[in-house]
Amino acid sequence: MNSIASVFIDGIIYSSWLFIMAAGLTLIYGVMKILNMTHGSLYALGAYTAASFVGYWLNHGYPPLATYGVLLVAAIVVGIIAGLLIERGILRFMYGKHEVILLLVTYALFLILEDTVKLIWGVDSYAVADPYILLGNFKIFGLSYPMYNVLLLGVAIVVGIGLTWLITRTITGKLLTAVIHDREMAAAVGINVERFYTLTFILGAILAALGGAFTAPMVSIVPGMGVEVIVLAFAVIVIGGLGSLPGAALGALLVGIVRSASVHYWPEVELFSIYFVMALVLILKPKGLFSAPEARKI
Amino acid sequence: MIFSAILVALIALGGWLPNWAVGHITRSLGLGLVVLGLMLMLRAGLVSFGQALYYCLGAYSAGTLMHFYKIQEALLLLGAGMLAAAVLAAILGTLMANYRGIFFGLLSLAFSMILYGLIVKSSGLGSTDGFTLGSPTFFGMALGESSRYALFVTACVLTLICVWGLERYLRTPLGRLAPAIRDNEIRVEYLGQSVRNAVHIKYVISAALAGLGGALTALTVGHIDPEMAYWTTSGEFVFILILSGSQSVIAPFLGALLFESLRTYAYQEFPYVWQMVLGIAMLLVISFLPDGIWSLFKSRKAKHA
Repeated sequence: MNSIASVFIDGIIYSSWLFIMAAGLTLIYGVMKILNMTHGSLYALGAYTAASFVGYWLNHGYPPLATYGVLLVAAIVVGIIAGLLIERGILRFMYGKHEVILLLVTYALFLILEDTVKLIWGVDSYAVADPYILLGNFKIFGLSYPMYNVLLLGVAIVVGIGLTWLITRTITGKLLTAVIHDREMAAAVGINVERFYTLTFILGAILAALGGAFTAPMVSIVPGMGVEVIVLAFAVIVIGGLGSLPGAALGALLVGIVRSASVHYWPEVELFSIYFVMALVLILKPKGLFSAPEARKI
Repeated sequence: MIFSAILVALIALGGWLPNWAVGHITRSLGLGLVVLGLMLMLRAGLVSFGQALYYCLGAYSAGTLMHFYKIQEALLLLGAGMLAAAVLAAILGTLMANYRGIFFGLLSLAFSMILYGLIVKSSGLGSTDGFTLGSPTFFGMALGESSRYALFVTACVLTLICVWGLERYLRTPLGRLAPAIRDNEIRVEYLGQSVRNAVHIKYVISAALAGLGGALTALTVGHIDPEMAYWTTSGEFVFILILSGSQSVIAPFLGALLFESLRTYAYQEFPYVWQMVLGIAMLLVISFLPDGIWSLFKSRKAKHA
């Protein structure tokens, strides 16, 4: 009983983290048709910036409970600055190129950002465990978990509901849906498509940085930390269907549970299991679980 | 023709070159072979983000045969690497041949990460550390010090054969079909050709080349680890591919030599910015030389004519 409960709890915690990462990635793909590899770098940038900000905050003796706000601010600052630089500086000159070429452009940017992080923060590792420890633990089914994990779950839920609300309930969301469906038609009826691209990219970047910022207290922040995140987030959104938000949620849950189950029962297959699920979904449902059928164009 | 002349010259020169240069060129040839296979796919409009699967499989096939079964013969090991990759590709190819564009890339990525996940957790294969290989023998002879040079000659000859074979293949109707598949595969089917089969065959050839390249790298470097299957390795291959373009069968080797030099020296001199240099180079190539560095040579030739 305990072990099943812990599989689910660990799985859900890991899923919330995965979802925060995947939501931004799938959003950017949905709107811009770019599979954004810089997502991993933005994640790392978010983590480093959060570590610096929180360190500064605590060193000056400000109230430690406010560090959660500092994490959020760090993510927003990184997302706006880096997102704007990447989209306005490079990506906008590449629109109209083939999807695979766009992927390679973001790969090049990923390489550049990896070293940018090293130039800014050096190669030493950072740690800011304070926000993680601060909230204490809670007990469930006789198992003790850090309260921070509940916060993580909360962030994931807020991100999911917030994005759904934004897309389905606001004018901006309706316009965005129009852009997703037909870029040219949307432009023809007077929607400023380029501005929506910029906004989408910034929002996606903020989400990536948010993932990094809220991971920062849990891990040791080292160069190259974004490398693994990229493929994991890819796996999640491929499973759900590229560009689908509910798909990303389902993919995150699936990967989270599968991973925690394999960690508990069969640790040898941990990594294998995630990519096995990814390959299996691609084989059985090539465009992901939440995908609409598409006509072949001649 | 020119390429065979260059290689003959290289083999002759190899005796005079210092050891590090010989190793450097052999490694570049190994990389170039992998990229040559990727180029074949690129001509049909397909980019694999998981070619490291076959590269690593080739390396580990050669490695395990040498380490656990005490087979030391270089040609046998290289052949085993190539064969293992081709067999796996023939099986996976039945699936891969249905995928195009980004999904082709992603499925190949998933497969390569599966292999990575498997090797990392197999303690028998040294998990994340991999294992070290001894020197191979050549036709039963242990050459000791000069085995590096022998491997270099072997690499040159094999590369020559592969390049020659691929050049011939590209001139066959099946080879010429690639750009047509890239541009409009439904029309290719109306012409009575099976796109699936064409893609499958290309996939197997490219995997065999990657397996050979992997085995060659394993013997040259003398060490293998699971990083060879990680997505960043595939990323490096794609990087060289974009650098080289798909215009010529020689370009991948130039690209590989350039990349290997950049990696070795930039990494030593500027360890913190070498990836940045790679990234900027890639952006420049994508923006200004969409056909790769080879187009530099080509446009100059066209001007002369």
